[in-house]
Amino acid sequence: MSPGAAYLDVCILCPERGGRGHTSPNEAQPVVVQGTGVGGPTPLSPLQLWRSVIALPASAIPVHPSPAPCRPGRRQRVCLGRGLDITQLSYPLPPFLPAPPQHPGVHLLEMVSPALTPLPSAPLQDIRNTVGNIPMEWYQDFPHIGYNLEGKKIYKPIRNKDELDMFLEKMENPDYWRTVQDKMTGADIKLTDEQVDLVHRLQKGQFGDVHFNPYEPAVDFFTHEVMIHPVTNRPADKRSFIPSLIEKEKVSKLVHAIKMGWIKPRKPKDDTPTYYDLWAHEDPNSILGRHKMHVPAPKMKLPGHEESYNPPPEYLLSEEEKLAWEQQEPAERKLNFVPQQYRCLRAVPAYSRFIHERFERCLDLYLCPRQRKMRVNVDPEDLIPKLPKPRDLQPFPTTQALVYRGHTSLVRCLSISPSGQWLVSGSDDCTVRFWEVCTARCMKTLPVGGVVKSVAWNPNPTICLVAICVEQSVLLVNPCLGDKLLYGATDQLLESYVAPEEERVQPVQWVTATMEEHSKGVRLVVQHSKAVKQVTWHGKGDYFASVVSDNSNMQVLIHQTSKRWSQNPFRKSKGLVQCVLFHPIRPYFFVATQRYVRVYNLLKQELTKKLMTNCKWVSSMAIHPGGDNIICGSYDSKLAWFDLDLSTRPYQLLRHHKKALRSVAFHKHYPLFASGSDDGTVIVCHGMVYNDLLQNPLLVPVKVLKGHAMTLDLGVLDVLFHPTQPWVFSSGADSTVRLYT
Amino acid sequence: MGGLEKKKYERGSATNYITRNRARKKLQLSLPDFRRLCILKGIYPHEPKHKKKVNKGSTAARTFYLLKDIKFLLHEPIVNKFREYKVFVRKLRKAYGKSEWSTVDRLKDNKPSYKLDHIVKERYPTFVDALRDLDDALSMCFLFSTFPRTGKCHVQTIQLCRRLAVEFLNYVIASRSLRKVFLSIKGIYYQAEVLGQPVTWITPYTFAHDHPTDVDYRVMATFTEFYTTLLGFVNFRLYHSLNLLYPPKIDGQADVELKPAEGKEYAMDSESYLEKLSALSASLARVVAPTHEDEVEMDEFPVEGETAEQMDARKKEQEALEKHKKLFEGLRFFLNREVPREPLAFIIRYVVGRLSLGRPATPCLPPPVTLRVPPPQWVFDSVNAKLCLPVADYFPGVLLPPHLSPFVTEQEGDYVPPEKLKLLAMQRGENPGDSEEEEEEEEEEEDENDKEEEEEEDESEKEEEMKLKKMEEQKTQSNKVTAGKLRLEDKQRLEQEQQSEEKRLAIMMMKKREKYLYKKIMFGKKRKVREANKLAAKRKAHDTAVKEEKKKSKKARRA
Repeated sequence: MSPGAAYLDVCILCPERGGRGHTSPNEAQPVVVQGTGVGGPTPLSPLQLWRSVIALPASAIPVHPSPAPCRPGRRQRVCLGRGLDITQLSYPLPPFLPAPPQHPGVHLLEMVSPALTPLPSAPLQDIRNTVGNIPMEWYQDFPHIGYNLEGKKIYKPIRNKDELDMFLEKMENPDYWRTVQDKMTGADIKLTDEQVDLVHRLQKGQFGDVHFNPYEPAVDFFTHEVMIHPVTNRPADKRSFIPSLIEKEKVSKLVHAIKMGWIKPRKPKDDTPTYYDLWAHEDPNSILGRHKMHVPAPKMKLPGHEESYNPPPEYLLSEEEKLAWEQQEPAERKLNFVPQQYRCLRAVPAYSRFIHERFERCLDLYLCPRQRKMRVNVDPEDLIPKLPKPRDLQPFPTTQALVYRGHTSLVRCLSISPSGQWLVSGSDDCTVRFWEVCTARCMKTLPVGGVVKSVAWNPNPTICLVAICVEQSVLLVNPCLGDKLLYGATDQLLESYVAPEEERVQPVQWVTATMEEHSKGVRLVVQHSKAVKQVTWHGKGDYFASVVSDNSNMQVLIHQTSKRWSQNPFRKSKGLVQCVLFHPIRPYFFVATQRYVRVYNLLKQELTKKLMTNCKWVSSMAIHPGGDNIICGSYDSKLAWFDLDLSTRPYQLLRHHKKALRSVAFHKHYPLFASGSDDGTVIVCHGMVYNDLLQNPLLVPVKVLKGHAMTLDLGVLDVLFHPTQPWVFSSGADSTVRLYT
Repeated sequence: MGGLEKKKYERGSATNYITRNRARKKLQLSLPDFRRLCILKGIYPHEPKHKKKVNKGSTAARTFYLLKDIKFLLHEPIVNKFREYKVFVRKLRKAYGKSEWSTVDRLKDNKPSYKLDHIVKERYPTFVDALRDLDDALSMCFLFSTFPRTGKCHVQTIQLCRRLAVEFLNYVIASRSLRKVFLSIKGIYYQAEVLGQPVTWITPYTFAHDHPTDVDYRVMATFTEFYTTLLGFVNFRLYHSLNLLYPPKIDGQADVELKPAEGKEYAMDSESYLEKLSALSASLARVVAPTHEDEVEMDEFPVEGETAEQMDARKKEQEALEKHKKLFEGLRFFLNREVPREPLAFIIRYVVGRLSLGRPATPCLPPPVTLRVPPPQWVFDSVNAKLCLPVADYFPGVLLPPHLSPFVTEQEGDYVPPEKLKLLAMQRGENPGDSEEEEEEEEEEEDENDKEEEEEEDESEKEEEMKLKKMEEQKTQSNKVTAGKLRLEDKQRLEQEQQSEEKRLAIMMMKKREKYLYKKIMFGKKRKVREANKLAAKRKAHDTAVKEEKKKSKKARRA
């Protein structure tokens, strides 16, 4: 039984309470109710009637404690509300009545209806329907409405009244208002006066029984006073003094559980205070290695002026700055808020990202990997190396003194006579010009009919001869400048050549110049099979080497002028040769390929050293007059200084140019070297080499010389030192040659 | 070669680190539990020096913990408590499902709980360590104490946070250790100096929170759990260092006054207590009754190696501090209804002003001599400046002067706003009263200067014209030899040029690494200068705009 449901069937099923009281159950009066009667002509359906009854408050339903007048019949449990105790009462029920239903409502109605069947007007005729508790609509389409006790069909009463008849009856029949149709039989039932009265009373919320007094004086069955006699005289039960088996079982289970440790005694309350002096005994031993290794999280950044609610006006963002701020990624923003100004403290709103920021801080604290980083706290001035002052390292070229104009295209190469009086320059305008150094006067112009890749003045002061690379040949030219005796002697020397009896196979052809060429100064032509890109003299002035742009072993050739004899020193190609160089004193020969410089001993005919330049592409090379140091310029804007005694790796790698180096040069006497680069500058450095082998060379840049204009992304193409003075020449892509003193 | 083959990544740094997932597996904890443990124990990931080596050759992004840290976690008793709690939850759920109410009650009685005392002690072996790490704890507690009691976290937590925060404020008042206050757009920053350690915290403005959805409150709650424990212990110790009772009790006399006469309590005892405490207006009870004039003159112990100058400086500092502490002595403040009560009460109480709330002067008190109505910013600015600023700048109707951050100490080369310069001058004791007049005078002077400048400009233009004429003349008489002009060489400039060139050449010779570093430093310096210049330019533009507007309005008034 669900609690809370009040079963109200009692009074209805005891219709005798409504009036007579002593009727036998079989004669139980059915409660048939018709409409209100107070002029209300509409008949109440049983359902409506029941609704009206059920709507009554539970207390209004009379419950009779003494069922004396009733014959003990079936016991019916009546429960009113959850808290009320059970009231048992007996009352008569018709024997055919089905068991009381489980739920109130419609079923109640169905249960009542059989009781209604015996019509008071025809008590002899028993037309009770046996179909039971079913919806009567099922019989809608049948002529009968059910079966009687004998199993015969109960036919529906003939209803041939139309609307008009109905109306007439309603108007004429004075009992119309108390006539109800029985659903089970279809017959009309006229309610008696008592029944009408009962309905009226129930509607008003009164007790069904007229004689019931709801206000009877209360009788206290139990008082608060202790009585001397027991309420009942019953002897005590045996079970009240015999230990209960069930209890024993339960206890033994608990004892077992305690023994097994499944049930533990309640823990004593922890009575230590929540907070106490935790650091009362600060123990230095408790500082473990862990704490020393600990990387404390950096503290939150303290707010600056811009975070104020009323910052100085310069900290507010302008419109563009605000736009830029919005377009930035949140992680990239320098400030994580937009500075704002408020008139007064009252106008400051809540900061919407406050919880976010706290949360992000939490995430930082436990998710961010930490690392100890050494912060460099140096004065940048301390990083600059302490070098000797350039002023103390004089002399070196400082200013541009002369400009040699005359060429019409890039001046690729320069060379100077050993005396230092004449300068020769080769250019892309297919001419070679000879200049007087001190006056910048062009003494002679020699058209050669091709781009001049390289020129080299014979270093022997007794010979006046210039080697010029033009396309596939090397021209040996006597410029006929300076001392007449000197250049006359050179011509004689060249003419004194006697061809050997036996013609030898040579990699090149030595051709004597024609008359026309001779008049221009050309004395000999060494014809190569391919284009020549560099020529360089040996210090004695008899041998010279030429570099052919080729991939074979024929790249480097060494020529002897006096014997007009050429030879190919290498059997195998070791890569694309960039430039070659003779050692000034010893019989060494330097060959620079793209990344390495190889040093060969010409006497022993073997490789002595291989220098690693650490550059991507060597462009040029120069040797210190002492012969122990080499500098290499490279197209990746590096200059490598090699100390041959020290190592095969560079002693120092200077990166002072911004663009590719085109050429490098050493001074013959002064401790100076220069480098020319595509960025249009010539950097002159002091490069002191000490005689003491223990002391490393001292390299100090002393001057950046600017002067050449940039043309075709090219700046300085060649640099050259004066043989005796601390002067430097540079040739540039702006078709000039400049002298700095 | 004999011996075993040496395998890669079995020695060295690869074995010192462990990834998060592996650590979790080693500890046999779920990810939320692992996270909680890390938060409570203060374990954080480390960034290895050679990540690829540690990552066994892979470059995938992983977080690494120190293996030692994880081994250290293995012995943590709290890990077992976590497991117990998990079991407890499972049992409880089962009991609920079976509607076994007695079991539920029994389980709830035996709910496993843990304490964080030992962890606090372990993480902060000395009290000073704890003080150093108090910033986040305070900020978090102040935030949580403003949360509504609607289920973002446990109500008990919120109440605890509120209590601890109020207790800390009371300590700061009692110990007079507040140093700086700053009203920012995010909230109010406070800085106190507790036993020599600066402690900074931020409190939000008192508005209802718009609770974001993308915030994991569980993480924050775990942090708060630890922070409340820490703050409780710190408060205890701090109160005892001042001879105050902990939990704090309001001074006896005040207590009697506050108690209603009828003996009826209008609210729950604990709540009313917290309310009274958070009013910040009563002094606290001491363990030992204070003897009068217990401000003993501090003996001076000259520290070795300290010069007299340093001593003097220290003395001065001390004096300034004392002065700071007595800044509002004798003043009486009446807070209007619309000002934020708590921060102001806190500050005014801290600097010995006396505080009355809401009601204007009560009859039993002598009426205040001068009644001034400065806005709250005046109080904050005065505390930061450590002197009573002139109230005239702050009168209602006047545009408030900017509120500057006291946390910024400008170094050389940084931009200093003019207000700060003024303030510094005032602090040095220069007369600030004349500054306005001076300014006006300056303005006039400037006007004159402008005129002069204009004249000068005219002159210079004339000169240029003359020069041009001369040049033309020279061109026309190009063949003539004119007398050469002696060109004066500026020796200083030449020297400077030479020096800069020397420097440039020396920079060329720097090693690659040093050059990189040098360039980076110089870049940072240049950026700083650029920013300072930008701010200065902006200020200048603003000032001129304001001045022009003033002039216009003046003219309009005259006309």
